[in-house]
Amino acid sequence: MMRLERLSTIAAAMVLMAVAAPLSADPVDDQLVVNGELELATDAPAPEHLQDRMSTIYSGWRFRDTETRDMQRDDFDNAMFLTVDAGIDLWNTPDGATNQSCADCHNDIEESMRGIRAAMPRVTEDGELWSIENFVNDCRENRMEAEPWGWNSNQMKQMTAAIALQSRGMPVAVEIDGEAAEFWERGREMYYTRFGQLEMSCANCHEDNQGNYIRSDHLSQGQINGFPLYRLKDQGPVSIHQRFRGCVRDTRGETFAAGSQEFRELELYVASRGLGLPIESPAVRH
Amino acid sequence: MAQNVRPRVRVPATASAGEVINIKTLISHQMESGQRRDSDGNTIPRSIINRFTAEFNGDLVIEMDLEPAISTNPYIEFDATVPESGEFVFTWYDDDGDVYEDKHQVEVS
Repeated sequence: MMRLERLSTIAAAMVLMAVAAPLSADPVDDQLVVNGELELATDAPAPEHLQDRMSTIYSGWRFRDTETRDMQRDDFDNAMFLTVDAGIDLWNTPDGATNQSCADCHNDIEESMRGIRAAMPRVTEDGELWSIENFVNDCRENRMEAEPWGWNSNQMKQMTAAIALQSRGMPVAVEIDGEAAEFWERGREMYYTRFGQLEMSCANCHEDNQGNYIRSDHLSQGQINGFPLYRLKDQGPVSIHQRFRGCVRDTRGETFAAGSQEFRELELYVASRGLGLPIESPAVRH
Repeated sequence: MAQNVRPRVRVPATASAGEVINIKTLISHQMESGQRRDSDGNTIPRSIINRFTAEFNGDLVIEMDLEPAISTNPYIEFDATVPESGEFVFTWYDDDGDVYEDKHQVEVS
């Protein structure tokens, strides 16, 4: 009898805990204005291909803490601008056997690279799906005759950050039909495929549980319109594929390589989930 | 030899007399503490910014000693009262003897 009573007390306590425990938090209600002048929308109606699953898409900025959001409001406080500045220096630095710099062909980065990041990744004339890093290394190898940079090397992140800044405020504009359709389909399939020992797909966290907490982490929709970005946890810049690797690793799975066909296809699909949001790079997250 | 060192400063271009203005400074610098070892076990020599000063029209506004525990890319933010138009001079002193300087005019109306 005693025992039964005790059990029911425990059961009652457990019910209470279950009620109190879920720490659900929707995206914060806040507006992103950079340097007091550039207004960046952080939500938008979901693109057509997503509408059966969600009605609104949100930038990851809306899921981060006040201090982190503030860092992105001001380019002086945004630590990613050290990376951007280094990238602009690289842009003007001759390299390789031909002793040419990016600027020798592409001139002013502000004009020639405007809108480039917004449309990446895209299908090349040869029918391959390329990310921005592929284009950078293609130039380095074939035009400059220089050593290609590693996908997640500092120089590559500096260069892609400098290029991405030139698209800040422009809407995500990836092509998902025509030649890109088959890549997009495969990326979509990958998004919903469970990986790793924990058997989790991208969608398990970023679609089914967006806004919920996974331990202390506030799950965003996994939008990539802010990449490459400054991640406080890493105290440095992080590329899209680096983030993908982190996610797959967290499922206790063997990850794909940065720059792999799989990750480029996934990049295209995830980018298309942000159609309607502006490019935010270089963003700050934690 | 410290590489890729670049000072950055933000000072309002205009202010009213006696106004307290907010000043932000950031210098990109590796701030090698001298406590670390490389893969061969040799000590990596200390290389930090060890002193920072800000002057306004020749008067010292702020002076600080920086120690090895201060992180990469030191960020220093402070408030200053500007009595008149003039020039801020910001100076960073490197362990290797290099001195980096940045100047900013403030117009007081």
